[in-house]
Amino acid sequence: MTRDDAFLQFLLRMGDNTLVLGHRVSEWCGHAPVLEEDIALANTALDLIGQTQMWLALAGEVQGDGKSADDLAFLRDAWDFRNALLVEVPNGDFGRTLMRQFLFDSWHKLMLERLKGSSDERVAAIAEKAVKEVTYHVERSRDTVIGLGDGTEESHARMQEALDYLWPYVGELFASDAVDAEMVAAGIAPDPASLRADYDAILTEVMAEATLSIPKSGFAHKGGRDGRMHTEHLGHLLTSMQWLQRAYPGARW
Amino acid sequence: MYAQMIKTASDGIKSRDEMSDEERTFQDKIDADIKIEPKDWMPEDYRRTLIRQIGQHAHSEVVGQLPEGNWITRAPTLERKAILLAKVQDEAGHGLYLYSAAETLGVSRDELVEMLLSGKMKYSSIFNYPTLNWADIGAVGWLVDGAAIINQVALQRTSYGPYSRAMIRICKEESFHARQGYHAIMAMAFGTPEQKKMAQDAVNRLWFPALMMFGPSDKDSVHSEQSMAWKIKIKTNDELRQQFVDQTVPQILYLGLDLPDPNIQWNEERGHYDFSDPDWSEFFNVIKGNGPCNTDRLAARRKAWDDGQWVRDGLLAHSRKKAAARMAAE
Repeated sequence: MTRDDAFLQFLLRMGDNTLVLGHRVSEWCGHAPVLEEDIALANTALDLIGQTQMWLALAGEVQGDGKSADDLAFLRDAWDFRNALLVEVPNGDFGRTLMRQFLFDSWHKLMLERLKGSSDERVAAIAEKAVKEVTYHVERSRDTVIGLGDGTEESHARMQEALDYLWPYVGELFASDAVDAEMVAAGIAPDPASLRADYDAILTEVMAEATLSIPKSGFAHKGGRDGRMHTEHLGHLLTSMQWLQRAYPGARW
Repeated sequence: MYAQMIKTASDGIKSRDEMSDEERTFQDKIDADIKIEPKDWMPEDYRRTLIRQIGQHAHSEVVGQLPEGNWITRAPTLERKAILLAKVQDEAGHGLYLYSAAETLGVSRDELVEMLLSGKMKYSSIFNYPTLNWADIGAVGWLVDGAAIINQVALQRTSYGPYSRAMIRICKEESFHARQGYHAIMAMAFGTPEQKKMAQDAVNRLWFPALMMFGPSDKDSVHSEQSMAWKIKIKTNDELRQQFVDQTVPQILYLGLDLPDPNIQWNEERGHYDFSDPDWSEFFNVIKGNGPCNTDRLAARRKAWDDGQWVRDGLLAHSRKKAAARMAAE
């Protein structure tokens, strides 16, 4: 694997995470529990899609064959997607959506903070811009997880169920492989495993305040960030997301 | 716009002699274009009419998320998806300011939502039509928001201060919406034959429903007179509809699309386009609940509200616990 191959994989991982999660969050449009949440969800999705445009545009540039961010988003099949499995699981109820958001945002913010110091200026610039948005995302998802965890008996039970369901998808965010080793060697990105201690500290504090128990199991589903085996859900998501581009090839929208 | 068929809560216009002193002072302010503010005295019927109108407008913004949300997950490019998300977020924000404006009249947002969900209050008939192809999203921005702007620009001069100020703010965002809609449909009208077909299909289906947004024809609009006297309404339904047609026909022609009504023709004498009336029996049917999407739209809103009950309860319970803990600590 050349450095550019690894760099491309890294950029796809970043861009596919925000693309797929942005898509999931946008599915809430018009169906949220209160109007303020409709606004917040649309806003979060909008930020994530904006970040996708930056990551995937850079991925296209690194790939060097003239592909645009749209080509990468709309014309790759599931096996070429490099997002973590966590972001492709269905929304479930509002509790699961916000729990997933918090689990992702907490990782995302730690990652972007480190990427601000990337040896690649383009990566550092994207991180600089994105981290401002993600700081708001995590503030909101954290408050919601705490509010609902420590709310009524029902909201507590639903949030615990959400955490139990999502927990096996958290480990993949911190898995390291040859791509990561290459990124560390180039000073482009940190080893994901090195973010885990800070992440665990945040989670311990927030879940305690939310009166929720972090599952004991250390088992992690993997296969998203290396594309080896996505969930069954991704194909359905891409079917709707890519439909127009696939049905009318070459049209400009 | 989004407010149609607002039943004015009054039995007809009073002459000056019939008015009380308070009513006369109130009407003088209106006639002098002085805004009415929440704490000012106002006739009960004025208050009730405004609650209906602003409430219906707010509900329309909220229900209006559904036909556009229908395409967010299928938007064909990242840019279009981002624009549509920004737009839908604005619409929800408009709903929020309008509910706040209505609250200054002494009705809570929860009461208004309850009236929407129970079918006691309406939202604009346009949102009971489906969005069937991607060009509909362009057409909603261009035609639907375009129609809304015509009404709302007039309403910036409405007599109730909070409503007028909400309209000024909303109009700025709506003009961006209309522009992006026109750009989206332009890309299609000048695109492949299939895209042009989508654009034509959208214009054909949405033209008459857009005309209906202005409400029934003046001769059948029984509630307008008092609302005009109170400057809750500034122009008549037919004046606004004509303005919309005059503005939109050249845009359709520029796109190279066929006109959706064979009777559209420039009338030199009037200085306006002639056009066919929408099918008013269809309009009254949609208002009564028989539009293509009424049942599904309301069911989606009810489901969102019911499914969200545990979330609202949970967050409320948490904030009460926090407040109690703060009290105990003091």
